[in-house]
Amino acid sequence: MYVAVKGGERAIDNAHAWRDEERRGDTSIPEVSLAQIREQLALAVNRVMAEGSLFDADLAALAIKQSRGDLIEAIFLIRAYRTTLPRFGASRPVATSKMAVDRRVSATFKDLPGGQILGPTFDYTHRLLDFKLAAEGKAPEVKIAPATKEDVPHVTSFLNKDGLIETELPSNEEPRDLTREPLEFPAGRDLRLQSMARGDEGFILSLAYSTQRGYGRTHAFVGELRIGRVAVEMDIPELGFAIEIGEVELTECETVNQFKGSKTEPPQFTRGYGLVFGQSERKAIAMSLLDRSLRWQELGEDFVGAPAQDEEFVLAHCDNIQATGFLEHIKLPHYVDFQSELELVRRLRTEAEAAQEAAE
Amino acid sequence: MPDQTEESIAKRKSWMSTLAKGKSASIGKLFPDLPVYEVIRAPETGTVMVRGRTGGTGASFNLGEMTVTRCAVRLPDGTTGHGYVQGRDGEHATRAAIIDALMQGVDAERVAAEVIAPLEAEFEASRQSRAEKAAATKVDFFTMVRGEDQ
Repeated sequence: MYVAVKGGERAIDNAHAWRDEERRGDTSIPEVSLAQIREQLALAVNRVMAEGSLFDADLAALAIKQSRGDLIEAIFLIRAYRTTLPRFGASRPVATSKMAVDRRVSATFKDLPGGQILGPTFDYTHRLLDFKLAAEGKAPEVKIAPATKEDVPHVTSFLNKDGLIETELPSNEEPRDLTREPLEFPAGRDLRLQSMARGDEGFILSLAYSTQRGYGRTHAFVGELRIGRVAVEMDIPELGFAIEIGEVELTECETVNQFKGSKTEPPQFTRGYGLVFGQSERKAIAMSLLDRSLRWQELGEDFVGAPAQDEEFVLAHCDNIQATGFLEHIKLPHYVDFQSELELVRRLRTEAEAAQEAAE
Repeated sequence: MPDQTEESIAKRKSWMSTLAKGKSASIGKLFPDLPVYEVIRAPETGTVMVRGRTGGTGASFNLGEMTVTRCAVRLPDGTTGHGYVQGRDGEHATRAAIIDALMQGVDAERVAAEVIAPLEAEFEASRQSRAEKAAATKVDFFTMVRGEDQ
């Protein structure tokens, strides 16, 4: 017999009202504004845009405020909002070689055209708490130097000249879109990159780290890491030509990986690629390592059973909204399921006791 | 458009891009009074899927979406204007569409000088400012002279 249960409405309303009060916190302390979150917690905003898969800093700031700083909850809010918007179309692929770079470093070449540009980095700090920030201070002063307007070329383009690294040839094939069709395996590199770009930073980081520790090693160097702004261009059907519809901040990482060669390919360097919304270099580096380890089949390498080589394992588990949804649903009422489990255990115990008595 | 030449397309692409990337508040300040216009398509917010290329140069893939607002208007003389702007600001899209229409007519020179040029300058200044800060963080390597080489 199934008995439907209703109730809890009043309790739920009151719980939400209390949550709202807790969100606001002590009212003698000024309320945080969306502009403050957008400007001063920019890297949290970036993460919500990347994993929410929607580039809109104001929306991400609102989501962070609403979720009380729970970034996965904020990403959930953005993903839900995104589904309410019509899709106007797709952009032309962004030209990261024309990026206005804030940062651009290479771990493989010291002297390279365009130079090593550190940008606003946490690198080379001692990770000591800066108690000056606990007090309100005046705006920091920044040094400037003359800048050229020249594009900064990609590091891999120099290696390509000697044929020492595999070439990535452009194609006009329409990429598949995991927000429009169910994910099926084998997925292919386009879906892998889309999936990882919106995947959980912690998950991507840990799996990339596992390759460094030997579970599917790929011998990666960071050929180039760049952060900056690129224009987004889209063809407008009613106009019959393309215009720039805006600008996004991106982090791009290209790894250069050792490769002994295979039956079809000569020994050369291979590549892993990471591209993420916002300033998010940990994620971009991790993504490029994981992209490379997932390419084992295409490059004729051995499958050593490492999770980072397993496309289905990576893609089916990297989405923190899917993971959260399934994980957290078990805290919701399962009274009926549990009732049947309880009855089953009781019956098994009775049977086991009866069997034991019969044996004695 | 009746007479699209390569040159006229290039010019229109340029001002439409400037309007898309410009700050809504700046456009409002530079172009406060709206002329008489008719709405063909009311401001609508949606998304555009931003694409990247594998390895920066290879096959394309879907990176993630961005918010975009579009709008279309008609001036009393029949000229239509389109606005496609980043973000969710309907007023931004409306102003962009009206300015797009004006830029195709007799007022083009005046609007270019009063609105488009200052917007471009603002964008360029912001870009230049970041580029100069980045340039100051460029590493100058130097080699330590070792004793035995002397």
